[in-house]
Amino acid sequence: MKQYFHSVTLDTEKCKGCTNCIKRCPVEAIRVRDGKAMIVQERCIDCGECIRECPNHAKVAVTDTLEKLSEYYYNIALPSPSFFGQFKEQANIEDILGAFAGIGFDEVFEVALAAEIVGHVVHEYLNDYKGKKPVFSSACPAVLRLMQIKYSDLLDQVAPFLTPMEVAARLAKEDAVRRTGIRYNEIGAFFISPCPAKVTEMRNPMTTKDSAVNGVIGTNLIYKDIIKHLGDRNLIGATENHQRATRLGMAWGYVTGESHNVSVATTLAVSGIHNVISLLEEIERGELKDVDFVELQACTGGCVGGPLNIQNLFVGRIRLRDLIKRFGTRERYFTEEQLSNICRDNRFRSTEPVEPRAIMTLDEDVSRALMKMERLDQITNELPGLDCGACGSPSCRALAEDIIRGIAYESDCVIKLREKVKTLAEEILELARIVPPSMSDGSKKNLPGQEH
Amino acid sequence: MVDSLTYTPKITVEFEIGEKDFFIAGECASRVKKTLQQLGLKQEIIKRIAIIIYEAAMNVAIHATSGKLVVHIDPDGITILTQDVGAGIEDIDLAMKEGYSTATYEIREMGFGAGMGLSNIKQCSDDLYIESKVGVGTNLEARVFFNNRKKTGEDV
Repeated sequence: MKQYFHSVTLDTEKCKGCTNCIKRCPVEAIRVRDGKAMIVQERCIDCGECIRECPNHAKVAVTDTLEKLSEYYYNIALPSPSFFGQFKEQANIEDILGAFAGIGFDEVFEVALAAEIVGHVVHEYLNDYKGKKPVFSSACPAVLRLMQIKYSDLLDQVAPFLTPMEVAARLAKEDAVRRTGIRYNEIGAFFISPCPAKVTEMRNPMTTKDSAVNGVIGTNLIYKDIIKHLGDRNLIGATENHQRATRLGMAWGYVTGESHNVSVATTLAVSGIHNVISLLEEIERGELKDVDFVELQACTGGCVGGPLNIQNLFVGRIRLRDLIKRFGTRERYFTEEQLSNICRDNRFRSTEPVEPRAIMTLDEDVSRALMKMERLDQITNELPGLDCGACGSPSCRALAEDIIRGIAYESDCVIKLREKVKTLAEEILELARIVPPSMSDGSKKNLPGQEH
Repeated sequence: MVDSLTYTPKITVEFEIGEKDFFIAGECASRVKKTLQQLGLKQEIIKRIAIIIYEAAMNVAIHATSGKLVVHIDPDGITILTQDVGAGIEDIDLAMKEGYSTATYEIREMGFGAGMGLSNIKQCSDDLYIESKVGVGTNLEARVFFNNRKKTGEDV
C-alpha cells in the first residue's frame, strides 16, 4: 500500500503509553508498542479524535508555519469560516481580516466565499441528478478517507466537486494575477485551518491531481499573532480585500451551514465521526434513499469543532453566529450570471474519482483469507473479551487480528499471560512434589525388573 | 495442525430473530458485510449478499414467531439459511411476485412489508430454495457463488 503523508503524528516525548487514544480511534489505527503509541499510517484518516483524547497532548497535527510565506512573492490568507468564531464579542469581520496584514499576508480571501460557490454548484448538480441517493458532501476530507476504507460502495454517491479550500485558492490566485500582474507561481495561498485532515488533503489531494493551496497553517499557530493585530487601526484597509462572503457562506463554519448553502428539498447534516459512522452504516443498508443530500462532518459541531481551533466548539459556534448576525451581509459578491458561468464550465468539478482503499482485507486469496478468518474467530473466542487495551490493541478482536497479521502475540494479553503463569506455577509445584527414587519411602512402585 | 491442501475452511455465523424484531435484520447484514469485506470480496457480490440477508431476516421478523438466520461461508460461496416457526407461505410462487404481500397494516405503516422481499432475494441469489408449511413455518436457503458472473447486482 502506498504510504502518504499524515498530519496527525505522535510526540514521543510526551506519550506515556496509556491506552486512551487506541480506544477512541474510529478506524482502530493506533497501537501501543514499547510504551509508546504508534499510528498505523495506512489506516489513519486524520480525523483528529486522538488529538482531542490524549491527556498528555502527545498527539499533534503537523501544519505549515508562517515561515513558508517567505517562499512566495505575494501571499494570500484563506481563513476557514470557523476561524471567525474564535474571537471575543468586540471583534468584527473587517478587524479580523485586517489583522492578517499584520502577520505578513498581502491579502485575504475568505473561504466562506468559495463555500457559497461550492454550495451553488452542488445545488445545480442535484437539480439534474438522477442517480442513487443520498448524495454525500465532499467537503470533509476525514469523512472521505473514512469512506475510502470502510464504506467504499458509497463513494460513487459523493458529489464530484472540489472543497471550498481548493476553490478559494484557485479563485484567489487567479484574481490576484489579474489585478497585480504577478505570476501565478509567485503567489502563495495559505489555508488557515481548524483541521489536520486539510493538511493531508493539500499534500495528497483526493479529488484533484494537484492542489492550488501552497500551505496549510493551523489556527492555533497564528491565533496569538492575529489577536495582537486585531483592531490595529493602521491595518484596516491595508489588506487588498474586504469582507465579501455572505451570511450563508460564513455559516459553513458549523454543521448544517453547508446544507443551507446547497439548499435542496431534503438534507441531513450529521457531525462527529462516531455519529457519521452510524449514519453511514444505515445508508449502506439501503436506508435514507429519500434524502437528497447528506452533509457529513468528522468534527462534532462541524468545522468550529476542529481540533486546531482555539475556542470550545459551542463557544466558537455562538461567536460565529453572533458575528454573522451583526455583520453578515445577504448581498452576494458574485452575480447570478457569474455563478451560472461557473456552473456551466465545470471548473470546480473534481478531476479524480475518490478510489476505495481495501486495507481491511486479511488476504488477497479468498480461501486463505477465510482460513485466517477462522483462526481469527478462534483466537477471539479464546481471548477474555474484556477489551481492556492493555495489550496495546484497541479490543480483543483487534488483538486477534494483529496476531493473524503477525504483529502481535497471544501472550500480549495480560489475562492470557496470567493464565499461563498459573499453569506454569502449577507445573512447578507438581515437579517439586516428585521425590527421587533414592529418597522415596517405598510407597511408590518399584521399576520393572527391580524386584527385591 | 491442519492440512492446508485438503482442508476447507468454513465460517458460520448465526443470529436469533425474535418476533417483530425489525432491527436485527440490519445488524445481521452489517456484521456479515464486514466479514465479507475482510475476505476481500468484490463490492458487487457483498451488496447482493447483504440484500438477501436483510430481506430474509426481515421476513422472519415480520411473519414468524421465532426463527434464526445462519450464514455459512466457504471458499466458493455463501449459503444463507433461515428457519422459522410461524405463519408459513400458502403459495410460494405468488409470494415471489413483486408487490404481493401478506404483511399487516401495522407493519406496512412502519414502512416494511412492501412485498418486495422474496423477489429481491431471488434476484440477488444464484440458487434459491424455499419450503414452507402453512401454520408451521418456513425454511429458506439461498446461495451466492463468489466467482459467478452470471448475475449482476441490480440496485434494488
